[in-house]
Amino acid sequence: MRAAKALSYPAFGVGEPAAEPGIRAERIEKRLGGNDVLRGVELIVRPGEILSILGSSGSGKSTLLRCLNLLTIPDRGDIWVHGEKLAIRAASQHGGPAGILDHRQVRRVRASMGMVFQNFNLWPHKTALENVTEGPVLVKGIRRGAAAELGRHYLAKVGLSDKADAYPRHLSGGQQQRVAIARALAMEPQVLLFDEPTSALDPELVGEVLRVMAALAGEGRTMVIVTHELAFAREVSTRAAFMHGGLIEEESPPQEFFSSPVSGRLRGFLASHR
Amino acid sequence: MDIMLLLTSTVTLTGGIPLTLLLTFASLLAGFVLAVPLAFMRASPRKWLSLPVLAYTYVFRGTPLLVQLFIIYYGLGQVGAIRSSVLWVLLRDPFWCCLLAFSLNGAAYTTEIFRGGIQAVATGMIEAAQAVGMSPLQIKRRIIFPIAFRSVLPSYANEVISLVKATSLASTVTLLEITGLSRKLVSETFAPYEIFIAAGVLYLGLTFLLTGFFNVLEARLNAAPQARTHPRRVILRQVPHEQ
Ligand SMILES: Nc1ncnc2c1ncn2[C@@H]1O[C@H](COP(=O)(O)OP(=O)(O)OP(=O)(O)O)[C@@H](O)[C@H]1O
Ligand SMILES: [Mg+2]
Repeated sequence: MRAAKALSYPAFGVGEPAAEPGIRAERIEKRLGGNDVLRGVELIVRPGEILSILGSSGSGKSTLLRCLNLLTIPDRGDIWVHGEKLAIRAASQHGGPAGILDHRQVRRVRASMGMVFQNFNLWPHKTALENVTEGPVLVKGIRRGAAAELGRHYLAKVGLSDKADAYPRHLSGGQQQRVAIARALAMEPQVLLFDEPTSALDPELVGEVLRVMAALAGEGRTMVIVTHELAFAREVSTRAAFMHGGLIEEESPPQEFFSSPVSGRLRGFLASHR
Repeated sequence: MDIMLLLTSTVTLTGGIPLTLLLTFASLLAGFVLAVPLAFMRASPRKWLSLPVLAYTYVFRGTPLLVQLFIIYYGLGQVGAIRSSVLWVLLRDPFWCCLLAFSLNGAAYTTEIFRGGIQAVATGMIEAAQAVGMSPLQIKRRIIFPIAFRSVLPSYANEVISLVKATSLASTVTLLEITGLSRKLVSETFAPYEIFIAAGVLYLGLTFLLTGFFNVLEARLNAAPQARTHPRRVILRQVPHEQ
């Protein structure tokens, strides 16, 4: 709560009309466990855009997404969020790790980007409502009462009004993921990041999560979605990107992307996922 | 066995319960307060934070509590610097010596218990907290510690119970808690059998109450948390740091 006073919300861009909105990542490189996972990725996410990132397993999709809110710190490259350049120290030639230089900035930027994880990552000792209100209370300094109201609003939005007091272990995977989406929404972020939000779900539970995401897409939110759900990506995206070997190999509007892919690898990928 | 004597000495020995409880809860509190930050240091990947704590827990877990108590009670008085300092007001008092020994010893065990819990918290829980923009301290307080504490509650309960029993060592430095009172009574009546059985009954009663308390606490906390489906019961267990 104390930290929150120092932060101003909505996070940034406000009062800086010249600043470029959205996210820009340039020449992002990351080496993990001896692999060059990202090899100079360029990525732009404009406001209102819904970008799907596809690609086979190990191509670096999750790593790229995590670089955007610095859960993973890129070894090299620059990231701007709403025109603000993130202060990071590049990894040294001699293997010294990359680091965050301005922790406040990073917390502020993270608070403005909701993230939804493959494994939900709900906090097990908190109810659905508490999971949703924790961020607004601790990070934005919103009073408990107001936060609870906010929390109920977003739980209702994901169709879980009746589960506010349930603990995660009493919820199905699909319900847990919807709580996780409500948790991200309650921060009223400017961008939503999804990392394979339905991959850990039983097939019959995938639909309820995708429906919630499609509704969000319909509100004109800015979203970056790593997914293997091709039909969904085709339907909701405004742009799709294909990753291979740590680079974005092809990106285009969904009609072109899915109907007339240029790269042979993307064609093969699409064919094998039909 | 003289049943009447057993009963009367049980009643007499209850006079030692307040001191036993005071020693237990005061050192429990001090141990907890010390152990929480130490456990985070011990769990840190930074060697310069974790190694000093490891040295501390290693020494206090690797030596008998009775020896630690004797060093503090008999030993510290030999050090001129301590004798002439204000600390001496406390350290010449056996009560404070016991409190110091039990707190430091308990903190060492508690630190290692909490460290295990902290390290077992899934990284996903922490990343979710980072992703909403929480600060490292907020993450420790609101996410990591509550999850860790719940997962180690059974071990912590055992530690608390073993601390109750360890307070009997205070009798060796003249304190009249349950055991100290028993020894005094024995020297007056020459009936060690009945009197020590009475003492044992009192400790058993305390242990019983504490076990119940922790079972209730665990059930309460578990009505909520943990991906654990079978609540572990708190069981009495021989714990190595009692002589
Ligand atoms: N912490 C890590 N340490 C070592 N290697 C890692 C680490 N994280 C990722 N990798 C490796 O980096 C590569 C890319 O990982 P990443 O998770 O970004 O792929 P992905 O495209 O998201 O794949 P998936 O579809 O399986 O989720 C993989 O080969 C993975 O093994
Ligand atoms: Mg992935």
